[in-house]
Amino acid sequence: MLPGSRNSTHSDRPREPARKKPTLWLRARMLQAIRRFFSEKGYLEVHTPYLIPAPAPEPHIEVIKAGTAYLHTSPELCMKRLLSAGYARIFQICPCFRQGERGTRHLPEFMLLEWYRAGIDYRGLMDECEEMILSVSKELGMGEEIEYQSKGVLLQRPWHRLSVAEAFDTYAGVPMEKALESGIFDEMMVDKIEPRLGTPKPTFLYDYPASLAALARLKKDNPDVAERFELYMGGLEIANAFSELKDPREQKARFHAEREKRRVLGKPVYPMPEKFLRDLEHMPKSAGIALGVDRLVMFFANATCIDDVVSFAPEEL
Amino acid sequence: MYNASDLRKGLKIQIDNEPYVIIDFQFSKPGKGQALYRCKLKNMITDLIIDRTYRSVDTFEPASLEERRMQYLYNQDDDYFFMDLENYEQISLNVDQVGEAKNYLIDNLEVDILLFDDRPIGITLPNFVDLAVTRADPWVKGDSVSGDSKPVTLETGYTLRVPPFIEEGTKITVDTRTGQYVTRVKE
Repeated sequence: MLPGSRNSTHSDRPREPARKKPTLWLRARMLQAIRRFFSEKGYLEVHTPYLIPAPAPEPHIEVIKAGTAYLHTSPELCMKRLLSAGYARIFQICPCFRQGERGTRHLPEFMLLEWYRAGIDYRGLMDECEEMILSVSKELGMGEEIEYQSKGVLLQRPWHRLSVAEAFDTYAGVPMEKALESGIFDEMMVDKIEPRLGTPKPTFLYDYPASLAALARLKKDNPDVAERFELYMGGLEIANAFSELKDPREQKARFHAEREKRRVLGKPVYPMPEKFLRDLEHMPKSAGIALGVDRLVMFFANATCIDDVVSFAPEEL
Repeated sequence: MYNASDLRKGLKIQIDNEPYVIIDFQFSKPGKGQALYRCKLKNMITDLIIDRTYRSVDTFEPASLEERRMQYLYNQDDDYFFMDLENYEQISLNVDQVGEAKNYLIDNLEVDILLFDDRPIGITLPNFVDLAVTRADPWVKGDSVSGDSKPVTLETGYTLRVPPFIEEGTKITVDTRTGQYVTRVKE
């Protein structure tokens, strides 16, 4: 014992993690409910490696290097390889790592729930999303009406569906194409659109500009947009989903374009995920989604800061 | 040079050759989009507050700020003169830059002067300063409005409330952060 230190007493207990006990219980019960939902629907829970040789090239996601490999930023590529190998319904709950992402809604190490299903497109996933979150809410004893940050959110199905183009017209006062051209798409999204979404019902914001969805299938009748959606609840971004692109040549060309964007931005360029591209030609028509587990806990726990729903924030380590 | 990922509350950076301190900071990142670093910044010279949004490719010059120990000399109209204790150079701050600190400036008081590019922009006082009472009215017992304290005027012209036993000519210690009486100085 150090000189001057006192005997440990009850009041000396680390206060920060102790304060979070009810939320960490809620978190654990939520994960149990999610697992039960998927196993009842015939999904297989899988674990793919966190340490990978080649991450998916994304212009705005920075990878954390670990020795000669990388920590995965999402399990997407490995899970799609399982889809290609004949696993038709799979889900995974795992930590993911993204360099420099730190804010009231971001952690550099965070938890994703990803699930993939053969034979459906992104609309099928919207339905399954509604079903899953509603069933989890009921199992948590929270019912169909949740209050998040003084906003009522009604989980009765169906939820609100709004295209990105409509959202720009309605909330941003500038057309989507114009915002994209002048480089203010992200600002408009954060300042004008996101805060309005997900109340009184959760919102599926769908059909993103093709240039913002490197791994998604383009819409047949409008190749300017991709079959991608994001789910918002009470202004909180919860999940991102695609109808998966399954043409290996097209995917390779898009990866090259994404890598070029990174090069232009002066960011490190990662190795090409060749084995993923090789397997992609066997992938069935499918859709997949990544849901932020910490964000969903924030929603159910009515928390404003992501730090409140994890045992330790990075600064507490 | 700072990167956007270095931005945080309290960081001091230069914008258009003026020093700013970040007083509020928010990281946001719309799904798959680029990171946006939204800052509320206060100009350290004018106190004006501005909002700025930065992206991950932006870089920033640290504000070249330096604090130097100086001695207060005198004031003339609206200018307050100080002397650098190392090189004996004199600098001045105007009354707006001195602000509340003028209530505590007595001859030879040592203070820290904040310099931006060798230009004085601010002052930090010691937490406690001893000042003489130059005017104290006798305490009227039972005066329910004033309670257990009475107003006095200090050598700098500053008036504050003190306990009834403080008399003219007494030295008292004042907390410069709150402007309040702390104790009587024992001679």
